[in-house]
Amino acid sequence: MHISNGIIDGPVAAVFAALALAVLTFCVLRGRRDLDDRLAPMAGLVAAFIFAVQMLNFPIFTAGVSGHLLGGALAAMLVGPWVGALCVAVVLVVQALVFGDGGVAMLGLNITNMALLGTAAAYVLIALLLRVLPRTPTGLAVTAFVSALVSVVVASQGFVLQYWLGGTTDLGGNLTGLAGTMAGVHLLIGIGEGLITATTVVTVAKVRPDLVYALRALKPAVPAPAVPVAGGAR
Amino acid sequence: MGAGHAHVLYRESSSRVHRLPPEVKIVAMVLFTVAVVATPREAYWAFGGYALLVGAVAALARVGPRWLLGRALIELPFVLFAFALPFFGTGERVEVAGLSLSVDGLHGAWNILAKGTLGVLASLLLAATTTTRDLIVGLDRLRCPQILTQIATFMLRYLDVLVGEARRMRVARVSRGDDPRFLWQLRGFAAGVGALFLRAFERGERVYLAMVSRGYTGRMPAVWQGAGAATAGQWAAAATVPVIAASIAAVALVLT
Repeated sequence: MHISNGIIDGPVAAVFAALALAVLTFCVLRGRRDLDDRLAPMAGLVAAFIFAVQMLNFPIFTAGVSGHLLGGALAAMLVGPWVGALCVAVVLVVQALVFGDGGVAMLGLNITNMALLGTAAAYVLIALLLRVLPRTPTGLAVTAFVSALVSVVVASQGFVLQYWLGGTTDLGGNLTGLAGTMAGVHLLIGIGEGLITATTVVTVAKVRPDLVYALRALKPAVPAPAVPVAGGAR
Repeated sequence: MGAGHAHVLYRESSSRVHRLPPEVKIVAMVLFTVAVVATPREAYWAFGGYALLVGAVAALARVGPRWLLGRALIELPFVLFAFALPFFGTGERVEVAGLSLSVDGLHGAWNILAKGTLGVLASLLLAATTTTRDLIVGLDRLRCPQILTQIATFMLRYLDVLVGEARRMRVARVSRGDDPRFLWQLRGFAAGVGALFLRAFERGERVYLAMVSRGYTGRMPAVWQGAGAATAGQWAAAATVPVIAASIAAVALVLT
């Protein structure tokens, strides 16, 4: 999914860089409100986790594109959409600056696809599904799985849109083929991503439900489960 | 966990490039990449010029060509796309060794390979000469919002926590009779991924609270102490690279 230098032309890359910068600024303003002593280490860990899983790369030889897990849904689930988008963006910036994954000049495109589109699609679905589905571990697992799956496919179609706008080589009628291959492959990746996201989120929700942002944000009215007061009568 | 202050790509040295403040190197590297990408793909000589420039900086930083080219293979999965273009491109076609290839596609493949490789080499040079701590200090001095540098700091620190925690869990599994080989490790890993996350979080949370109780406010001490920020001379020295690159790009734009 990382676009390297030269695949998309300069003007389109510049437009997307401006777009990504504007949205990220908004995320910084909103994210500052969310980031407290509990969320700060969580955001760092989520970013590190995403960094680690993104190193697993599957080259897709038929289309010549590489695919990997994205982590947008996990971030949206655990630290919320604003800080979540920032986490994925930080991963992408560090990868581009130091590891040469994805071109520096293409950073705007990569951030738009993976950090913004992926996380936004995931969070919309999370907000929707958590209201509809029953409040059980199964419901939470289904929410995590579906939102991760859809967010990966949406992010891959972001690349197709950008290639259509500013691809350096005219593929003619093969653009639909590109869209199909990207969607198909990312559907498979999405299943893997969905499974990882669901197991991680369900485990965390079972032991430390206070750490799952989506559960905190979406049911403020429901009283927290009775936690024995530390240092009580003992 | 006492180590982990540098990353795998860092090359310990005290060359002139290593001693430059990080913010200067980051800006030079980004501007260089933008100049490369803005160059028209038909100006083949310009890319030769960029390659020479990268070679000169590498020599100055005492980074060997073998290390640089070996590490550059990391981009291989990302540029595989380039090799498909000559077959799927449209328009005028030429016969090369019995294959019908699109001229536009060949140009496109060259474009991606040349610009992609130069970008990777530039970022490898930055990585080889800058520690992760310096990288974050540099981003902070470039007025990167504190929430981002804070996430980046924890991310780089927790990578070591995650890897260490995963190793400990693997040793625990093996010592209880598990016999993981090659792909079968994945099953054990997948089953433990949630536990890994929680254990790493709780370890990280303790570290964070310990940092807060010792006066951490979200910024690296080197930044608010204000020592070691770049001088005008250092900015000028590092500016030579992007200035040369920009002139090459400008000439190429005029000529084509």
